Amino acid sequence: MKKEVPARVTVILLAIAAGCCVFGWMNGEAHAVFVKAASICLECIGLG
Amino acid sequence: MVSRFRKIIQAGWGILTNGYAAGFLPGGPTLYSGPLKHFCVPGMNCYSCPGALGACPIGAVQAILDGRHRGFPFYVLGYLAMAGLLAGRFICGWLCLFGLIQELLYRIPTPKIRVPDRADRILRYLKYVVLAVLVIGIPLVYRTELGLGVPAFCKYLCPVGTLEGGIPMAILQDSLRATLGALFRWKVFLLILCVLASVFIHRPFCKYICPLGALYSLFQKVSLVRMNVDTGVCIDCGACGEACPMNVVPCREPNSPECIRCGECTEVCPVKALSFRPAGKRKNCKEEMSG
Repeated sequence: MKKEVPARVTVILLAIAAGCCVFGWMNGEAHAVFVKAASICLECIGLG
Repeated sequence: MVSRFRKIIQAGWGILTNGYAAGFLPGGPTLYSGPLKHFCVPGMNCYSCPGALGACPIGAVQAILDGRHRGFPFYVLGYLAMAGLLAGRFICGWLCLFGLIQELLYRIPTPKIRVPDRADRILRYLKYVVLAVLVIGIPLVYRTELGLGVPAFCKYLCPVGTLEGGIPMAILQDSLRATLGALFRWKVFLLILCVLASVFIHRPFCKYICPLGALYSLFQKVSLVRMNVDTGVCIDCGACGEACPMNVVPCREPNSPECIRCGECTEVCPVKALSFRPAGKRKNCKEEMSG
């Protein structure tokens, strides 16, 4: 059986990912996602 | 037992994340535009579905990359990394509505196709190409005359958008129905192809095309949810490999990037050597006895 990645690596990566998420949120990305998601994306549904 | 429970969770999650009933009323308000749309759902779910309460993560990545926001998608990729690190492809197996639809189609009683191993191995890399080229590459690099990027995956390939967004919207809105053209016909063709393939092959979209599955598979070996093989108990009978719908042999590669954590293997194992457990909690009778 191959050696597994230790759980502490997962926890460190989770902390980095959470940091990215918070940074992006503070940078206004969540609003950009909202603007895209709250209106009909004609391209996404094949009408654009 | 696991299979039935999983179907209930999949269906429940699909209903919960597409629960904006007012969106389905003809002539009513079109899309939900409340605060939940700031957040992505973990599975493939078109945000242009009339009932969608959250944002599609793959659509969101392209929206950030496509030039209107002009930045690295820290928020969405951070969110997807968190989801992948917490659960890996467990999300594909338990929280994806399109995965459930494919599984239900596969239950239609017809002769089934097993893609030859060599072709299967090569085709599985296709989803990484889709992720790199259509989800990241083209939206990042290509610009129209107006300086805007193109959400290439959503626009040219995604059958989820056609099924959950395009077709319902075309039915509900007269004004949109008048705009249907070649692109819509192309996407309906792809959707039909995907539906037909799903009748004969188990989850073909997930195996070969889905960029979200490709992204989560990168986290499979480091995610908190892992599969454990008790090597002291396993008799290497091959029952788990035969039962696996994703063509993995769980007793040899329990944390394969292709495993969607459906749990079918844990059900069929005659000696119960396979189990889910959190990272760092490995169970091995042989090691326990020798230790």
